[in-house]
Amino acid sequence: MHETDMTKALIFTVKDWWESQTERPQITEIHLIVGKFTCVEPVSLKFAFEVQTGNTFLEGVELVIQETPLIAFCHRCQQEYAPQVGLQYGCPECDSPMEDIRSGRELKIDRIEYIFDEANKKAYAPNI
Amino acid sequence: MHQTFDAALGINLLHANQKGADHNRAHFDEWGITCFNIMSSPGAGKTVLLERSLAVLTDDLKIAVIEGDMTTELDADRLRQYGVPVIAINTGRSCHLDSKMVAGGIHQLEHQYNPVDFDLVLVENVGNLVCPAEFEVGEHIKVALLSVTEGEDKPLKYPVMFQEADCLLITKIDLAPYLDIDINRIAANVRQMNPHVTIIAVSAKTGEGLEHWFNWVKSQVLNQRSSATATEMLPA
Ligand SMILES: Nc1nc2c(ncn2[C@@H]2O[C@H](COP(=O)(O)OP(=O)(O)OP(=O)(O)O)[C@@H](O)[C@H]2O)c(=O)[nH]1
Ligand SMILES: [Zn+2]
Ligand SMILES: [Zn+2]
Ligand SMILES: [Zn+2]
Repeated sequence: MHETDMTKALIFTVKDWWESQTERPQITEIHLIVGKFTCVEPVSLKFAFEVQTGNTFLEGVELVIQETPLIAFCHRCQQEYAPQVGLQYGCPECDSPMEDIRSGRELKIDRIEYIFDEANKKAYAPNI
Repeated sequence: MHQTFDAALGINLLHANQKGADHNRAHFDEWGITCFNIMSSPGAGKTVLLERSLAVLTDDLKIAVIEGDMTTELDADRLRQYGVPVIAINTGRSCHLDSKMVAGGIHQLEHQYNPVDFDLVLVENVGNLVCPAEFEVGEHIKVALLSVTEGEDKPLKYPVMFQEADCLLITKIDLAPYLDIDINRIAANVRQMNPHVTIIAVSAKTGEGLEHWFNWVKSQVLNQRSSATATEMLPA
């Protein structure tokens, strides 16, 4: 269920960007970076996105999701380690708690691909 | 000819919610209110805890409650008996409160009362261990509840909320003797991912531990007040 809400949040955020553009471009792809230490499951997010964008300005837009692993940094050992989500979060060497998360919390819209129709652009260019 | 363009954005997927949360927090700061976001799975004991807290804390603090529930006003009605404003927000099918819904509650508070009179707003989130953790509502403090009946491993399995919490309440400890559960194990599991969290074990039924909780709440309100710098102006 929460992917539905995540998707709504994503659509709102993209809409904000889209409406701030002078010419509303036709978006073709949205690239996300999603950490493994978040509440988002990529497959469910893609599904919810497809369902919720039907008949909107985002219809047919492809959602490309790049996942990042959970990586923490242990200050005592001065090294990075990969906590095992669901099992063990502390440092495997010294058992210090997970304190400094270096990756895995990302929920980011990395970039958006869109197209312009050059012919249209010319036709509507002023004073030509 | 179609030409493909690429806009590098690097903006948070929850940016729209974040903006709303910042707006809410600016209101709270302007009014000198501390806001708690209270989260747990369904039935961990949020509403009962609020009842016990209102009964005592209203002696020292002026409190309002924003009560999120998917469909009913059952919880809100229970809390109204304590003589505090309770603003009920029905989320419909949504499994958490977002900043926009809470903004609606805040604006009600603003119109029906004098918001500067309040010290503390308690937001009872919808019962759900997963996404309330990702949707800030403008709170200063995140409180997570975990009841002893849920099991020691829940923080490990639903880590985000427990990793983000400022305070963990282990609730219903009066039931611990009947269960095969070790409260220290729950605490250790949360500290694995959140070493600085304040952990308080309570029973709303017997009252055990509640005094600690009340003192902690009061200390947070004082802290928040003294750390509040010059009032931030809201954008027009
Ligand atoms: N034995 C015992 N039962 C408790 C305690 N606290 C709450 N309960 C019971 O647990 C049940 C759920 O409590 P609520 O306060 O309604 O839980 P909630 O978290 O508000 O639930 P939702 O709002 O639906 O998510 C009720 O039957 C309470 O009486 C406690 O300390 N001890
Ligand atoms: Zn280490
Ligand atoms: Zn409740
Ligand atoms: Zn939700």
